[in-house]
Amino acid sequence: MSSKDSVSRTLVVAFFLCVVCSILVSGTAVVLKPMQDENRVLDRNKNILSAAGLYDAKSTANSEVAELFSRFTPRLVDIKAGRFLEAEEIAELGIDIASYDQRKVVTDPALSEALSSAEDLADVKRRALYQMVYLVQDEAGDLETIVLPVSGYGLWGILYGFMALEGDANTVKGLSFYELKETPGLGAEVRNPRWQALWPGKKVFTASGDVGLTVVKGAGGGDYEVDGLSGATLTSRGVANLVQYWLGESAFGPLLKQLATESRVATR
Amino acid sequence: MASAKEVVLNPLFDNNPIALQILGVCSALAVTTQLSVTLVMCIALTSVTAFSNLFISMIRNYMPSSIRIIIQMTIIASLVIAVDQFLQAYAYEISKSLSVFVGLIITNCIVMGRAEAFAMKNPPILSFLDGIGNGLGYSVVLVTVAVFRELLGSGSLLGIEILPLVGNGGWYQGNGLMLLAPSAFFIIGLFVWVLRSVKSEQVESAEFRIAPHAAPAKEGAF
Repeated sequence: MSSKDSVSRTLVVAFFLCVVCSILVSGTAVVLKPMQDENRVLDRNKNILSAAGLYDAKSTANSEVAELFSRFTPRLVDIKAGRFLEAEEIAELGIDIASYDQRKVVTDPALSEALSSAEDLADVKRRALYQMVYLVQDEAGDLETIVLPVSGYGLWGILYGFMALEGDANTVKGLSFYELKETPGLGAEVRNPRWQALWPGKKVFTASGDVGLTVVKGAGGGDYEVDGLSGATLTSRGVANLVQYWLGESAFGPLLKQLATESRVATR
Repeated sequence: MASAKEVVLNPLFDNNPIALQILGVCSALAVTTQLSVTLVMCIALTSVTAFSNLFISMIRNYMPSSIRIIIQMTIIASLVIAVDQFLQAYAYEISKSLSVFVGLIITNCIVMGRAEAFAMKNPPILSFLDGIGNGLGYSVVLVTVAVFRELLGSGSLLGIEILPLVGNGGWYQGNGLMLLAPSAFFIIGLFVWVLRSVKSEQVESAEFRIAPHAAPAKEGAF
């Protein structure tokens, strides 16, 4: 046996290879992290704009995103009480609204809770007690758009996105997803602008106050039905579930109904 | 020993990794709906193949043969992760549309095949060039497939509209099949056919011949 193939030589080569490769991998990851984070924030803001119908991938430059986004006011919502938190309450909870991330706090028992299986329609397991939503108000101070964070299990993993509603808190303005693991060309078509164009104008609540909005097979007609994606039954079902959950009683439902009442009073 | 020029140019048409060796077809199906995404994938694969060949060739004389495949995989995987990180930092949109396929370069047969077949027996610079050559050979096929798929499927190239679509008020009805993976098979098949018609030495001899029918079958016998 040549010395090249001896056991000790094998171990030494394997060890050094592992050290060099791990330095290379962790080095690139650490050095590039700030840029990747910046990209992620930009991408999330673009998605908020896109859900609100203000962003077009072809015509909106990256530099305009910040300006467009400045019209959006981030507000924290107390999910259980169904109302916005005031600045003092936020300070009391020790939350910094600039860095608050509802996806991170689900691991924090003080700021999140487990969902019972009956409530957990979207299969998200835990929910943050305080959710960040984005509001756009017109000059008179009336609500023009409200953008809600949504997430739910599709086929391969959790889809994260935003849903924008009109000021009446009942009409869909748009839906967009910024992170998903669905099959490219099938489930990932939830990002296709043509599919997303089916959402604006649909209504959320039925006369009895239930969430009527859903995704169906075949041509979706009427005010509440959106045509599902062919070849992506499970992803479509996931989207229908997440809509049911996030607009329903255990998430934004109470807040939206409150806003709807206010907007009716305002228009009367 | 092969010359540098041969090593770079041979894989383009004479010994194309996809068209002749039929390797790495999976990503040719997956990432060819848009030309811009395809170009990034080609650059990613070419750089991974070139650098993995370079590093493997540099340590080929120290590599214990019992763990050489694992060593090759580790080097390839590290390079792929580095490439993926770079894409996420500098080309975030494209890295999102490439999704898992950058990661899947690790399992691309071309990278592993060149490491084992070439880099293990040749000096570093030549191996590096061989990686470039095979990456370009892969790119030739992918870009051809992507040009057809994007032009006929979405009426555009690199996102610039060439054939105005009916949906956007033009005259061209996009071919939906071109946006689905099977169309890449047809185009690769046509590519192989054209290539082998021009270079007939690439045609493989038949492995067997179907014998003519010998005796009439008995009635009722299956």
